[in-house]
Amino acid sequence: MAELILISTLNGVLYGLLLFLMASGLTLIFSMMGVLNFAHASFYMLGAFLGFQISRWAGFWMALIVAPVLVGLAGAVVERFGLRNVHRHGHVAELLFTFGLAFVIEELVQIVWGKSPVDFRTPALLDFPAFTVFATNYPAYKLFMLVISIAIFVGLFVMLTRTRIGLIVQAALTHPHMVAHLGHNVPFVFMSVFGVGAALAGIAGVIAGPALVTQSSMAALLGPILFVVVVVGGLGSLQGALFASLLIGLLQTFAISINLSLSDIFAGSGFTPEPNTLLGDLWRVSVAQIAPILPYVLLILVLIFKPTGLFGNRET
Amino acid sequence: MSDAIATRGATTAAQTSIGRVAPWGVWIAAGLLLAGLPLVFRSGTALTMLSLMGIAIIFALSYNMLLGQTGMLSFGHAVYYGLGAYFSVHAINWAIAAKLPIPLLLMPLAGGFAGLLFAVLFGWVSTKRSGTAFAMISLGLAELVGSSSLILRSFFGGEEGVTTNRTKLLRLFDWNFGPQIQVYYLIAAWCLLSIALMYALTRTPFGRMCNAVRDNSERAQFVGYNPQVVRFIAFCLSGMFAGIAGGLASINFELANSALFSAVQSGNVLLATFIGGAGHFVGPILGAVLVTYLQNMLSDVTEVWQLYFGLMFIATVMYAPGGLAGLIMMHGPIWRAGALSKLLLAYAVLLVPIALVAVGAVLVIEMMTHLGVKAAEGTTMKMAGITFDARSWLAWALALILLLAGGGLARLAWHRVAAAWDRAQGVAREKGLTI
Amino acid sequence: MISRSLLAAFVATGVLAGSPAAAQDTIKIAYIDPLSGPGATVGEVGLKTFQFLAEELNAKGGAGGKKFEILPFDNKTNPQESLVQVQKAVDAGARIITQGNGSSVAAALSDWVTKYNERNPGKELIYLNYAAVDPVLTNEKCSFSHFRWDANSDIKMEALTNYMKGQKDIKKVYLINQDYSFGQAVRKAAIEMLKAKRPDIQVVGDELHPLLKVTDFAPYIAKIKASGADTVITGNWSQDFALLLKAAADAGLQVNWYTYYAGGTGGPTSVKQTGLNHRVFAIQEGSANVDHAASQATEKAFREKFGVSIFYPRAFNQMRMLAAAINKANSADPTKIALALEDMKVDVFNGGEGVMRKDDHQFFQPMYIVSLGERGPKEPFDEEKTGWGWRTIARLDAKDTVLPTTCKMQRPS
Repeated sequence: MAELILISTLNGVLYGLLLFLMASGLTLIFSMMGVLNFAHASFYMLGAFLGFQISRWAGFWMALIVAPVLVGLAGAVVERFGLRNVHRHGHVAELLFTFGLAFVIEELVQIVWGKSPVDFRTPALLDFPAFTVFATNYPAYKLFMLVISIAIFVGLFVMLTRTRIGLIVQAALTHPHMVAHLGHNVPFVFMSVFGVGAALAGIAGVIAGPALVTQSSMAALLGPILFVVVVVGGLGSLQGALFASLLIGLLQTFAISINLSLSDIFAGSGFTPEPNTLLGDLWRVSVAQIAPILPYVLLILVLIFKPTGLFGNRET
Repeated sequence: MSDAIATRGATTAAQTSIGRVAPWGVWIAAGLLLAGLPLVFRSGTALTMLSLMGIAIIFALSYNMLLGQTGMLSFGHAVYYGLGAYFSVHAINWAIAAKLPIPLLLMPLAGGFAGLLFAVLFGWVSTKRSGTAFAMISLGLAELVGSSSLILRSFFGGEEGVTTNRTKLLRLFDWNFGPQIQVYYLIAAWCLLSIALMYALTRTPFGRMCNAVRDNSERAQFVGYNPQVVRFIAFCLSGMFAGIAGGLASINFELANSALFSAVQSGNVLLATFIGGAGHFVGPILGAVLVTYLQNMLSDVTEVWQLYFGLMFIATVMYAPGGLAGLIMMHGPIWRAGALSKLLLAYAVLLVPIALVAVGAVLVIEMMTHLGVKAAEGTTMKMAGITFDARSWLAWALALILLLAGGGLARLAWHRVAAAWDRAQGVAREKGLTI
Repeated sequence: MISRSLLAAFVATGVLAGSPAAAQDTIKIAYIDPLSGPGATVGEVGLKTFQFLAEELNAKGGAGGKKFEILPFDNKTNPQESLVQVQKAVDAGARIITQGNGSSVAAALSDWVTKYNERNPGKELIYLNYAAVDPVLTNEKCSFSHFRWDANSDIKMEALTNYMKGQKDIKKVYLINQDYSFGQAVRKAAIEMLKAKRPDIQVVGDELHPLLKVTDFAPYIAKIKASGADTVITGNWSQDFALLLKAAADAGLQVNWYTYYAGGTGGPTSVKQTGLNHRVFAIQEGSANVDHAASQATEKAFREKFGVSIFYPRAFNQMRMLAAAINKANSADPTKIALALEDMKVDVFNGGEGVMRKDDHQFFQPMYIVSLGERGPKEPFDEEKTGWGWRTIARLDAKDTVLPTTCKMQRPS
């Protein structure tokens, strides 16, 4: 039992921090600009593929530095020439613009790199088991991911709350005109925020690429769960995003280890629905079977009872 | 003096009688059009396409009840469409097994009922919030229902879904609905009925309240209406019509499967509604027809049709957020002022550079495709009957010239168009047809 | 090979003019599979395979005096879209349909073709299924117009368990599958057949996870480890397969993997990445390294031309049998082809005899248990440029893979 709890906690935390790594940029953009960027997962995918390509030519560590910069630049360009024009038509139009952008980026990636998975390897330096718990190895690469996630959280938190830049960004969101009157270049601020958010997605892509499968469908597969993290965590809250990612990671991991179904719980009642009926199916579904879709249940529950998210402080 | 009054009176009387007939005329014309289309487009594929367009029109209009009329952006509307399809299929199978004398004509009602039922169930939680929260709830629900449909095999039929046979129900007028043309007429009839009902809804006070809630829900509250109730009712009705569309789809394909719940399905209806124009009633109709046609035909011509779709969507969001219908309606006052022909002339001049840019862009995209990952197949490609190598200097130079020349000419022509637009607007303003 | 844009223009004019396509001097085969979107990698390989085969057969004069022509249609792996595309195929004059990617599509097509044949006597179609493995297609939902060349998932499990019967070191088996029809069929067959053949084997885990939704399989690997299993049976494919193996390699799990789709696109790459040398097995109808001169020569030619391995040896069986059936019936009429195909025996691509059973139109052929790993001197081909290739561990004759059927086919009068 202790073994199960310890391993599940470890796995849950690692998975949760991976989610935070991917969602950090989305939270930043959402909190700062109120734009729910549907193309965030596409920037993440772009980061993974660019990371793969650069690591082919110059090694993983070079890719880790260069790829996010490229993705950040792409993000800034998108904001300057696309999002800015759409901004005046409202939030729905912005959402739809990023929706179309996701299509376009996915197709462009397919044109250049194809539809099959590409062989993006973990760097040799980190390709060893870091420690062993109850005969289960934990690779050093996963620890590296953990360290980077925490570093990003700390870095963002400090930047936003303690530095001047962060204060200007926060002010520009709620009082853009006043901030502009004070002499700051508000459009430039927004462009930078979007660019930094995209660059964070790029970092996540380079790092998660070797751990997960790097393939053109990765954006569509990961997109929804990222939104769950950001929305559950709450608008305007970095801590919320971290908390939500850990919560979802732990929830999913622990649920997978629970093999109970309604038929197990009520085994004593003698109520056994026919096997091939709707009720029978519902009766026999185990918690482990539905574990990966529990985050969506959480999303709906949170949105009903606390629509600003768990830590949010602004209504959308 | 009295003559003038008499003439004016006569003109007004004539106008009102035309005014009374015209709305009915539109519906009769629509009915005739729907009835006459199969006489022009006869092949199996064309009939299937028309049937799909009919279904898409109902689905898109139901979606616009949420998006355009009540201001609710949903990413999971396919849930009600899919559930409508499943309930229809099960209803047909049950009627066949129990030998009930229900004709196929009434089966979409089962779909509508299912859509309504689940919209009531899910809508109660969804519509508590609006805006982004609502959109996210709809996304979460769509994921849940989609995943559940594969897990709950007995009702949803697993991966193969549930099939049915539409020819085995009670026959009316000796139509067994085996041939596609009979299915087309069934769909066309339901389409006309649904359009009429949804249009009527927009003219009721409830429809106006939906618009009010969309524009300013706080103010609507002050007037005395509860925005949540308004949204909830709109959601339920929208779900019902989506269920009817799903029922018709299940009749058309004689199949209901979990692909109906997919994000692609929800995305398509959003695409169709938005490109057609969410701000006008006919917008989704135009969008549904266009998107259905492109979806089925574009993939035959190019492999990267998704890219074109994405670009088209982005272009619409950026430059024409009112959609096709918005663009057309913009010209309404000008047409009434009689100044349209000169404007169209200016547009025609712009058409040539735009065509050049389009051809250049398509050339670049298709060449990139052939140079990218398809390079393994060889880089020769064929466009408009001309074979060439994707690596040839000539092709790239040509594409570049087309883009630059077209872009430059478009810029010049744009000034003319803008000037012509201002003139036409001026004429319309003089006649008091626009502000 | 007709260019697709030209074909599209042709079909489009046919659509608008409303008249069926004229030329009947080729035998048109409609290939309906994904040519865009996520399924396109396999769809495109399949198309190339069929075009290769058509060329090979046409070089020998085609069949029944006519040449073959492959018409591609993109169904984006969607069943409803497939029904639209098959309508286009019929309008273009095709009466032979072939498809393989996705049992949902296959079921929809089989049903549609059956109904079309009932409602349009004299214009019948025939549907040749080369890869969709859901057992229902040749059991509860069998049809006279449907023929299947891939061993269905139950047959594969029969072959696999017949092999496992003789492996004494297998004591504890863990099942992990995707939670949809195919995965559910795999686990059901595994449990029943293991119980019947090796009641001493303990099934220590029976896991189902949502299809293509799991990013981190570490918790599942933890469960497998905790159960003490020495063997894992899984039907996972694509990303579910790759991520499962990655998690296993990360955690250092030492078990044998019996899979259906280790040979799927991306499969060999992920196996190589994890370093599981000859511990990942697959049940297939053949492989590039089977010791058979003719098939190895074809493999070499295919790889030179297209740069990918022959994914579908069964496509070879299908097309060759189709040509033989047309010659035997001396007609390209689908009903006559169907009657000629029934009970037809043939030498399959990788050697050995296969037969198309009349009762349910299921093809039975020799099956191979192969493992992926470092190649020996008798294994000339590697997979996906990883350097690793298939090694034949066991071969089962067609007769050792036969299963009864519940098919009650409605035959034409």
